[in-house]
Amino acid sequence: MTLLSVKNLSVTFDTETGPVQAVRGVSFSLGRERLGIVGESGSGKTMTGRSVLRLIRPPGRIAADEMRFDGIDLLAASEREMRSLRGPRIAMVMQDPKYSLNPVLRIGAQLTEGLRQRDRLSAADARMKAIDALNAVQIRDPERVMEAYPHELSGGMGQRVMIAMMLIPNPDLLIADEPTSALDVTVQAEVLSILDALVRDRGMGLIFISHDLRLVARFCDRVLVMYKGKIVEELAAKDLLHAKHPYTQGLLNCLPRIGGPRGPLPGLDRNAEWAQ
Amino acid sequence: MTLIEIENLSVTYTSKGRTVKAVEGVSLRVDAQESYGLVGESGSGKSTILRAICGLAPVSGGTIRIGGKAIPTPRGVAFAAQVQMVFQDPYASLHPRHTIDRTLSEPLAIHGISDTDQRVMQALRDVGLPMSFRFRYPHQLSGGQRQRVAIARALMLQPQILLLDEPTSALDASVQAETLNLLNRLRAERGLTFLMVSHDLAVIDHMCDRILVMQNGKAVEELARADLAGAAMKTDYARSLFNASADRMLEG
Amino acid sequence: MGTLTTWLRDPNPTSRRQARLGQAYLAWLRMRRNSLAMMGLAIVLALIVMAVAAPVLAPHDPFVQDLSQRLLPPGTPGYWLGTDEFGRDLWTRILYGARITLYIVALVAVTAPVIGLAVGTVAGYFGGWTDQILMRITDIFLAFPRLILSLALVAVLGPGIENAVLAIALTAWPPYARVARAETLTVRSSDYIAAVRLQGAGAGRIIWGHVMPMCLPSVIIRVTLDMAGVILIAAGLGFLGLGVQPPLPEWGLMISSGRKYLFEQWWVATMPGLAIFIVSLGFNLLGDGLRDVLDPRSAGK
Repeated sequence: MTLLSVKNLSVTFDTETGPVQAVRGVSFSLGRERLGIVGESGSGKTMTGRSVLRLIRPPGRIAADEMRFDGIDLLAASEREMRSLRGPRIAMVMQDPKYSLNPVLRIGAQLTEGLRQRDRLSAADARMKAIDALNAVQIRDPERVMEAYPHELSGGMGQRVMIAMMLIPNPDLLIADEPTSALDVTVQAEVLSILDALVRDRGMGLIFISHDLRLVARFCDRVLVMYKGKIVEELAAKDLLHAKHPYTQGLLNCLPRIGGPRGPLPGLDRNAEWAQ
Repeated sequence: MTLIEIENLSVTYTSKGRTVKAVEGVSLRVDAQESYGLVGESGSGKSTILRAICGLAPVSGGTIRIGGKAIPTPRGVAFAAQVQMVFQDPYASLHPRHTIDRTLSEPLAIHGISDTDQRVMQALRDVGLPMSFRFRYPHQLSGGQRQRVAIARALMLQPQILLLDEPTSALDASVQAETLNLLNRLRAERGLTFLMVSHDLAVIDHMCDRILVMQNGKAVEELARADLAGAAMKTDYARSLFNASADRMLEG
Repeated sequence: MGTLTTWLRDPNPTSRRQARLGQAYLAWLRMRRNSLAMMGLAIVLALIVMAVAAPVLAPHDPFVQDLSQRLLPPGTPGYWLGTDEFGRDLWTRILYGARITLYIVALVAVTAPVIGLAVGTVAGYFGGWTDQILMRITDIFLAFPRLILSLALVAVLGPGIENAVLAIALTAWPPYARVARAETLTVRSSDYIAAVRLQGAGAGRIIWGHVMPMCLPSVIIRVTLDMAGVILIAAGLGFLGLGVQPPLPEWGLMISSGRKYLFEQWWVATMPGLAIFIVSLGFNLLGDGLRDVLDPRSAGK
């Protein structure tokens, strides 16, 4: 079953020097599976993720032949309808929890706000649900975290709180944009496996955006590789090591390996035909 | 021959009456022309050691010797000609209102070295940047190009020792590869000694001969390169770091 | 023209001068889009032209009195802004007054910000006791209302245009010191300052070559925005008889002498008042525009 389908998506920014295309004709569809989007900075991967929620600010423009989520035409939806989609149906986790949490509100207040306002829950019920959500992301003492301010939490804790917050309304699709790049490697692994388990248990769709091929290979079913706003290759994650496209191969080979050879790392040929 | 000797180094920050021990009793030795790596997660004190060597962090105990001599405080001009550093964020380490030319000629001016034009152009050639970049401003350069400028600046005074503080963690994978290759080439050409900090075990493994794993300001374990590749670490922490390394994920 | 703009827009300048001019050209392009700032610039340029060309533009002598022509209303042939109580042409006197205003503005603009910048960057860079002492001195100056302090200084030094400038400059620097110090504190801990320290640079070189260029934009913006205040204080001192002395055509002094006739011959005080208003507005608009162009936070992109 297709949850999200995007056909020929392009994002254009009108600048002083003329229009710049950040995303050029991207098409993909997503069921209740884990889709990874990989690319280097400027490849348009973040813009693709944001386009789904129509979170591109002017001077950026979105154009597509089709952008449909669960039967809803995202291109034709009013701003009001979009707002009712963002959060309850499609949630997004950003890179750095430091900038996504309100620094002057306690975690508890931020977690329960949506429940109280949208679902009209009583304070006690909302609190219960929030604590459940914190438990679900394996926070050991949710009571203490509820009373904490964002600056009192470590990066990993902050990101778990963000994930908990996004998952409270039980969305159908989660877009995670570099959710672990600001975290230490050991914490990164933990957060990813929590995310992974939640997505699997609840049967959500996941779009996982990252610059790190290795992470994406580990946590996704399918991978889109983007370069300069285009999808250069789409393949199953388990086949990543046998990628055909020279760009994908280049991305894999230019990473140093533990115990690998000491010689110069292979570079990436940016002048090749496919880069044009 | 031992070039850098750090013995029992402690760094303590005091702010608002609270003291934070960023580094506690760390000792290490780096031989001349060796490449030595410091690995750990954020808050492990690995960058603080580099900053302490440069006099940018308050040393509260222990000694730092370079070439057998204790380094002076303040560090002074002679130290600058011997030890230089490349910072993590290429967007923050170049003066936004100075051209590349000014950035590269500043160390020459400080040390009263003449022949500025020649040396600046040579430096650009050495790090593989086109001559036409000479009078550009940093905001006209990409992250990788900026980091090349930062490396060129560090080498202007022809130091023996280069301190590298996560020099590629802000860069894309392919740019990281180019930058690491550049650093390795320069080390071979000039016989440099590297003391490199990174959170990425694979990068450290590619660049360094010996590795010190750090946690919470303390040294956990020193590993030779072969120990790392053979997963022959003795401590649990070093092993968990090894297992969590992104490099291992492809093997799944 | 075409070659000049391509030379300025060249992404690969071949000399220091070309790089600097290219950046200035880009700033000018950004500024040109702000029509209010361009209006401010036009007013300030007009002030400069008026001051320089006063002898050419002025139809009469600013000092010669002609009691037969006294207090003529605006629109009288030959005196389109009217005359004052001694029969002197108001337009002529406003033109010559522009010279005095510009003189005061220029002198204050080259002294106060320099003191402020030096005190602020030194205090911010060294911190500790140096910072404490310098900033407490700044606080003492800031604690007095500026006009009162200028009055006290002029009372001690004696009236006159140079003393007025000195008094204004001595009271105008503390805000610049504040601005420069705040900017220095953020710059001081940056990696590029650490890098130059690591190269063995001394405090003087770092403050002059690396910290000050970062503080300069905010100070320049502040100076342009303050110029209106400086003109008003100079006018205030003139009005109270403590600044420029008669018969010099200083605008504040002219308002002061027109005060007696305000109800019957309103133009005597109103015309110089309008001049002060327009020039102050011009500097404010220009300052706002410069903020958009020079602000280091926007220049980085």
